[in-house]
Amino acid sequence: MSHVTELLPPAPPPPETKGRVTPAKIIGWVLVAAWFLAGVALAAWLIGAWDIDKIALYGPKYLSGLWVTIELVVICILLGAIISIPVCYGRMSQNRVLSAFAYAYVYFFRGTPLIAQLFLIYYGFGSFRSELEAIGLWTIFRDAWNCALFAFSLNTAAYQAEILRGAIESIPRGQFEGAKALGLNRFHTFRKIILPQAMIVALRPYGNEIILMIKASAIVSIVTVFDLMGETRRAFSRTFDFQTYIWAAVFYLVIVEMLRNIWVVLENRLTRHLKR
Amino acid sequence: MPDPTAPPLVAASVLSSFDPLCGPIGLLQLLPDASLLACGAEGWGDEIASGFFITVTLSLATLPVGLTLGFFLALAKISAAPSLRLAANIYTTIFRGLPELLTIFLIFYGLQIGLQQLAVALGIDATFEINAFFAGLIALALVFSAFASEVLASAFKAIPAGQYEGAAALGLRSRTVMRLIILPQLIRIALPGLGNLWMNLLKDTALISVIGLSDTLRQTGIAARITKEPFFFFGIACLLYLALAMLSSLVTSHLENRYKRAEQR
Repeated sequence: MSHVTELLPPAPPPPETKGRVTPAKIIGWVLVAAWFLAGVALAAWLIGAWDIDKIALYGPKYLSGLWVTIELVVICILLGAIISIPVCYGRMSQNRVLSAFAYAYVYFFRGTPLIAQLFLIYYGFGSFRSELEAIGLWTIFRDAWNCALFAFSLNTAAYQAEILRGAIESIPRGQFEGAKALGLNRFHTFRKIILPQAMIVALRPYGNEIILMIKASAIVSIVTVFDLMGETRRAFSRTFDFQTYIWAAVFYLVIVEMLRNIWVVLENRLTRHLKR
Repeated sequence: MPDPTAPPLVAASVLSSFDPLCGPIGLLQLLPDASLLACGAEGWGDEIASGFFITVTLSLATLPVGLTLGFFLALAKISAAPSLRLAANIYTTIFRGLPELLTIFLIFYGLQIGLQQLAVALGIDATFEINAFFAGLIALALVFSAFASEVLASAFKAIPAGQYEGAAALGLRSRTVMRLIILPQLIRIALPGLGNLWMNLLKDTALISVIGLSDTLRQTGIAARITKEPFFFFGIACLLYLALAMLSSLVTSHLENRYKRAEQR
């Protein structure tokens, strides 16, 4: 019987790679330094260009513009969520006509630029002025704010319907079958079994959709709504001071990053039962 | 004596013969001359066709710039050096978080003011007008590359380490590994995501009309204002973008099938 009588000597550790300076690290340091310098230069410029009169004049306008942006996004996301439910139902329906109609709706709003949709509604509905006046809707569509709400809600509804559909289709069939075996009706199956699971899948896409909406809401400034971007453009056209745009960029970046981080926290909290 | 302007003229005539709207076999040639969309001096067909051409050219010109930039950003994001990852992530955070419209204005006015100040500092007396096409190309490429780098970085992460190790065991150089082993798989994984980004790019080109580029939306807008038929002309603009979206989804699904051949057995 043979057995090992002496152990192999331990191998030397592999060469240390952690402290080594690689070309990638040097490029990285240079780039980070470049970002840092750019940030410092921007801050120095903003401090140097600080003008108390301009801040007093345009600061409150920026805040009111920010409020308009937030209002627009919140209303549109909520209205879009409501409209998306029948659209999603149509997309998943067995009925050919209904599903073709829903598909065409989604394809149109996802395949054309939002700015073209907004123009089609804001300027285009002017072609039907007499008809709209006859049914008393002209006062609604004369206003840029209402047109923006209308266009943005329809647009986000198309995207949200697809998010909802993807989430519902990701639920395994066994869940539907199990609910049926328990004798639950369709409404309760959907509300108690399918929706809670689908919402977790849909959480991240919904967050992305809200961020996309915040970014897209800047487009309303073109049809004379004074949101954050609209106030920025007005301030720039009066002062020709480039810092107006820089401040807008800071505002947008802060909102988007805040929302993104809130969403990460939310997602971690809502999916904690799925973690092992 | 050869005419120095001949090559561009030939190129233009070759291009115009492929024009799907107002070319010799164009769609709009079927319409009567009195129609709003006719191609002659009366109708708006030729103006809209030129805008359509600019929309397509701008998207096609932005794509390689954005993809190249995005590829290098993705390489930085999967790099072992934390500083390189940080630099790339700062870039993505900025250009993914800013509204596209704001990026366009920042680039358009920023470049103009920056060049002006540079000229003043150098003692040159000149006024700069930044070309809207150029500014739009840069702004869209920045946005596109920020999103593309995310798609490509996650595609890189989806390629198993064994692929690199196997290639290294075969003694291939790192450049050959990238070209022959990694890139073909990368394209296959990233294609659906890149297809979506291309659709977004097509739609974002409409925003460049705001800084005065005569693209589809601007040309249809002018036609709408002069003829007082806004619904008709903006509807045409939407249909044109829709046609582009359909065409690109055909092309991307064809490409996806082509690259999927490696998976089928």
